[in-house]
Amino acid sequence: MSSTYTSRPDADDPYASSSSETISGTVYTVTGQDWDSVVSGVADNAEERVVVNMGPQHPSTHGVLRLILELDGETVTELRCGIGYLHTGIEKNMEYRNWTQGVTFCTRMDYLSPFFNEATYSMGVERLLDAEDDIPEKAQVMRVLLMELNRISSHLVAIATGGMEIGALTIMTIGFRERELVLDLFELITGLRMNHGFIRPGGVAQDMPPGALEQIREFIKIFGKRLKDYADLCNANPIFRGRLEGIGYLDLAGCLALGVSGPTLRSTGYPWDLRKAQPYCGYDSYDFDVVTWDTFDAYGRFRIRLQEMHESLRLVQQCADRLGRLEGAPVMIADKKIAWPAQLAVGNDGMGNSLDHIRHIMGESMEALIHHFKLVTEGFRVPAGQAYVPIESPRGELGAHVVSDGGTRPFRAHFRDPSFTNLQCTSVMSEGGQVADVIVAVASIDPVMGGVDR
Amino acid sequence: MSEGGTESSNREGGPSQTPSKDPAAEGGTDRMPENLTPQAQAGTSQLEVVEVREGFFGARGTGDTSGYGGLRRPVALPGPSPRPYGGWFDTVADRLDGVLAERSLTAAIEKVVVHRGEITFFIRREHLLDVAWQLRDDPGLRFEFCAGVSGVHYPEERGRELHAVYHLLSMTHNRRIRLEVVCPDADPHVPSVVAVYPTNDWHERETYDFFGIIFDGHPALTRIQMPDDWPGHPQRKDYPLGGIPVEYKGATIPPPDQRRSYT
Repeated sequence: MSSTYTSRPDADDPYASSSSETISGTVYTVTGQDWDSVVSGVADNAEERVVVNMGPQHPSTHGVLRLILELDGETVTELRCGIGYLHTGIEKNMEYRNWTQGVTFCTRMDYLSPFFNEATYSMGVERLLDAEDDIPEKAQVMRVLLMELNRISSHLVAIATGGMEIGALTIMTIGFRERELVLDLFELITGLRMNHGFIRPGGVAQDMPPGALEQIREFIKIFGKRLKDYADLCNANPIFRGRLEGIGYLDLAGCLALGVSGPTLRSTGYPWDLRKAQPYCGYDSYDFDVVTWDTFDAYGRFRIRLQEMHESLRLVQQCADRLGRLEGAPVMIADKKIAWPAQLAVGNDGMGNSLDHIRHIMGESMEALIHHFKLVTEGFRVPAGQAYVPIESPRGELGAHVVSDGGTRPFRAHFRDPSFTNLQCTSVMSEGGQVADVIVAVASIDPVMGGVDR
Repeated sequence: MSEGGTESSNREGGPSQTPSKDPAAEGGTDRMPENLTPQAQAGTSQLEVVEVREGFFGARGTGDTSGYGGLRRPVALPGPSPRPYGGWFDTVADRLDGVLAERSLTAAIEKVVVHRGEITFFIRREHLLDVAWQLRDDPGLRFEFCAGVSGVHYPEERGRELHAVYHLLSMTHNRRIRLEVVCPDADPHVPSVVAVYPTNDWHERETYDFFGIIFDGHPALTRIQMPDDWPGHPQRKDYPLGGIPVEYKGATIPPPDQRRSYT
């Protein structure tokens, strides 16, 4: 098969290995396993610079990130990022749906931390509604619960894919194994493993299903044990440390200048965490610590993520205890002009439905039907103004700049995504280092291209 | 930012500015709560009407049997707030006034809006860079972290169509403020603050890409999300969303930007 393939290099396959002459020099197209052609080609004119285009379809660039590297031997002399390959116009789309539907869009931005996108947007809308103090306690506890579970699953992916990219496949397999447990919890609570659309302006969409608390406690027990595996496998592993230590160096001044937040900022030893500094959702009433490290490098960021999972587990435990006391409490704002009209349950047909609510609006009250219809089709109005309620996502400061003109749709919703901002420091972290270390540096930033491009 | 402490100042009724066209005075459906001017709901004492929208669903003339075509709704944004702003807002505003006065830049601040516990300084664009330097470097202000710039397009606000909105954070003092810079569509230039906040490099490119605001002094102002040869600036209100009609069970659903809407 492969012999026939290589015997006709570029007759049918435009992506086959080849080289061509352009005005800026020889351009080699390589597809893997064929670097020899580049090496031998470059050997002839060794003084010239080599520009390597890595990505956007490359397994170790963390998604559709394009890196343009200028190389001097193995040393990276210049690096630029090319982004936009995953731009889907979510912000523009949100302007054509009502405020509640906006959640369905923004949850798809940073697909590894959907609850954070939903939460920052919903809290922005609630601030504009002047309803921040009216959100029921149970909704707030459920938000914290889901966000902290989400932080665990997101950090697991960061560690797993980061390990995979440097060849540590065991870290990947066990990382995704544990992430699956978290996704099972999401599926139980929200009905979906990703893109939940669950945290909404006014509260959350559903109450906790029966049996969820037991499953969460079971998860805490299992995950608490398994978290040790990561420490045992990596913390003192000489190969792992050799690849990560001193790589992706960025100090505090660099972080602030480049607007970098999250684990990268905390790896400089500065304990900046919005959950502590500017608490939201009642984070000030929970007991947890901000994790810092003082090595400024990829290894420090790895250790921070590992330790933050422990802290998140503590928070999940506290949420589970609180939810045990909040059985039957409301999860949606009491204001019927904002609250979604029905609590749906999954029926035999697999569709969300609420028979009680249907009986009420179809058989008992014409006003209730009108109200339901108006709220679901038109949506609620949000007083004109703008709000920005940032939260601490697994990657740093995530905030939604929500602008209303007093209508039923967002006039403008802009997301300040930490991946987008943090990715700017790739060149600072990588220039002067080795090609292989670029991968480690990018992995330590943990960018999610869905959030970068939106 | 619960320590904003602006609730009391927000609620005080200052001299209220009557919109030039007050639909509430005309009676009829305009008296329904959702059609009243948002004065009753807004947290600030003054409102600035930037636009009056008429009708729903695009229905006009005798074809409109719903009555929605007669609806009128002013778009009124929170206007300037009177002193005191409350809490640390006054501390920051005083300090900023002080350092700007030292450099005879008092004209830099156009107005200050306090709304929903957040403070917004409207900065005249020619002074943006000076103000940004002071905000970052003055020890009493020390807004060392910029959370980027976001654009907003108000097509009906004549001469002030494009807004660039900056969110600044002072980690030293744990405060957040917002800067807003306005430029007309005919002359969409705003100075770049990349020299002060290097993080705004990509943010300004994004805002240029989506709104066409040209940030003068940016090291390489190119498109960042859209392809380099893309025509137009997609997030502007005059740029259509696009889409195709979708048929489902015999009915045809128009694309989102052509469906009826509750303006």
